[in-house]
Amino acid sequence: MEFETIGVLGIVTGVIARFWPVWLALGIILFLSLRFKKVLGLYGHLFDTGVGIAGLMICLFWLFTAIFADVIAPFDPLQQIPIMKDAMPGTIDPGTGQVFLLGGDRLARDVFSRMVFGSQIVLVIAPAATLFALMVGTTLGLPAGYYGGRIDNFLSFLANLVLAFPVILLFYLLVTPGIRETAIPQWLAGVFFIFPVIFFGTLFYTRFKGRPGLLAVQLAITVLIGGWVYVGLVFNADPLGIISISPNELNIFVAVVFASSPGVFRIVRGLVMDIKTRDYVAAAQTRGENPWYIMLWEVLPNARGPLIVDACLRIGYTTILLGTLGYFGLGLAPESPDWGTGIKESSRLLRAYIHPALPPVFALMSFVLGLNLLADALREQSLKD
Amino acid sequence: MGEGETVLSFIIRRLGVMALTMLCLSLVVFFLINLEPNLKKLAISQLDMRSSAEDLESWLQRNGYRQNFFVRYGQWLGVMPKQPSIDPETGVASPRFAYCREPAEARYSGVLQGDFGCSTKFKVPVAQKLVPALGATGILMFWVMAVMVPVSLLIGVLAGMREGSRTDRSLSVASITTTATPEYISGVIFTVVFASWLGWLNGSAASATNQGVTFYNFTLPVMTMAIYGIGYIARMTRASMVEVMTQQYIRTARLKGLSFNAVVLKHALRNALIAPFTVIMLQFPWLLTGVVIVEVMFRYQGFGFTLVEAAANNDIDLLLACSLVSVLVVLSTQLISDIGYALLNPRIRVQ
Repeated sequence: MEFETIGVLGIVTGVIARFWPVWLALGIILFLSLRFKKVLGLYGHLFDTGVGIAGLMICLFWLFTAIFADVIAPFDPLQQIPIMKDAMPGTIDPGTGQVFLLGGDRLARDVFSRMVFGSQIVLVIAPAATLFALMVGTTLGLPAGYYGGRIDNFLSFLANLVLAFPVILLFYLLVTPGIRETAIPQWLAGVFFIFPVIFFGTLFYTRFKGRPGLLAVQLAITVLIGGWVYVGLVFNADPLGIISISPNELNIFVAVVFASSPGVFRIVRGLVMDIKTRDYVAAAQTRGENPWYIMLWEVLPNARGPLIVDACLRIGYTTILLGTLGYFGLGLAPESPDWGTGIKESSRLLRAYIHPALPPVFALMSFVLGLNLLADALREQSLKD
Repeated sequence: MGEGETVLSFIIRRLGVMALTMLCLSLVVFFLINLEPNLKKLAISQLDMRSSAEDLESWLQRNGYRQNFFVRYGQWLGVMPKQPSIDPETGVASPRFAYCREPAEARYSGVLQGDFGCSTKFKVPVAQKLVPALGATGILMFWVMAVMVPVSLLIGVLAGMREGSRTDRSLSVASITTTATPEYISGVIFTVVFASWLGWLNGSAASATNQGVTFYNFTLPVMTMAIYGIGYIARMTRASMVEVMTQQYIRTARLKGLSFNAVVLKHALRNALIAPFTVIMLQFPWLLTGVVIVEVMFRYQGFGFTLVEAAANNDIDLLLACSLVSVLVVLSTQLISDIGYALLNPRIRVQ
């Protein structure tokens, strides 16, 4: 049976046209940023170099793609149109008259729509897991670096223990259907997700101890929001029904946080050991400040440059980890549209068809590249300061 | 290294920590592999899908999987005697796994005695499966290193020689790009370009396992693995080179009238290569993950392939041995990197 196709030029213009909400949003951001560049601080300085602009734009591109996925993608990521099995890019579906811009895959789903929806999974899990890893690593790295001694030895031993595991082995042990039958993911989640609450609680307490009124409000908000997220994520019992996470997503999430927290811990520990020798820390110590006040309000703000850079790189690394999980079929559902699973599915059939493999490959690569470029530009800017 | 501490006592202390780490990790792995759902999975894979719950339970009971957790860990380690399986009716002792030629009496035979147990998936003793696999991976690693190290050092030195030059900028962007390309990405791209379009290379390394390594079947896996590390090492080398080039002694050498090339070759290079050495050693844990991806992708029967098979089939002894090997690799490379760093850099010998 002959299909009508729209040709190479048609495909290119078609893809560009489908992304119209992204171009619009990028245009607005670019315009506003360049307009108010002077008052935007570090963010504004990103627009000084080509690398910075490129990195930021690529990251924002995927961010907006994830946000507007419903508008951009012409098909549902799971919808199968049997006649379009392994269809070449640009084939027109005779039923709906819609175009399979980047072709159909082995199960007759639209490759383009799957790539677009895949960005949602990656852009939710990767930054969120990185954020939690930052919280865990920072909360433990601060005392380890500041106090040194026995606390440091113990925590460093634990961190090295996790780091001695090759990531892939860790995932094969921690992300299995078997482990989801046990309570281990919930336990780990219960431990990890308490850290943000501790972190912000201590942050506010050390600073605003002298102002009980303000402190009470802040602590109440911390406990309320933290507790809400905690109940939603760990027990999957959000009373408002907004935050929910399926068991396999929780499993992945916990494993990724577990794998990347020790790295953050090490960096924070090293930075603190360096910064604590500075004069302003000695001054705070002489003033008789609480050690946690010094750690959170004197040391941490001065470590923010390298930490922001590391966070950028780490989101990229987490994206790669998610891809690895997808590639080995661990955790994510086999029909999930995320990029790693897409690469796994299509790379087995490369001899027959290559077109289903390329979109997720370039999506993942460009997103990680964008993050790395952004990190590089940020590093250069923070060195200048 | 503490003050006054000799290299020898430093190494001994580190080896002690290493042994402790391995003990802790093997306990964790042992715990995770022996979770109830995993044991069920093992029993099902050893019997068949339709076995009743009682059959599975009696299989686990008969083969000693129902003994106390610490007893079983002790048996694996070799500090407790391994028991043969006893028929509950006749009381006759028979070996647990006949295909591994285990004797039919209780004996101390664990990791400490050099017995890594029996692979339930491949139906051979673990050592018999693992040693050839490690050999195969060793060949792969050798070629990866032979490609990765010189290329990345060259790129790094060229880029760092003149900071901010056009060469520097383009090489830096190129290395950032390769660090954004994990193995499962570059593997697909290379296969598409070199195997599907050009047809120059073989998209599978399956033939390398038994027919030997050739350029045709081995280039793609080696390239795929090397490319991810190249960017990272090159960036480290570049940073180190840039730092060295701003040092006083380089300026002195330049003012002395030496040519730029002579300064780079005679003075800068040696000092600039200290940091990358550490980084290269610390690349091994990353390479292990890469090995798994590449071996699965190109169907090369090495260590990574074995690890995935062991994990997928919950082959307890094989997976434990794999974990032990990978953890040992990671820890010993860390140790070598620390010692090497101290030996190469006279300034930090006493810290």
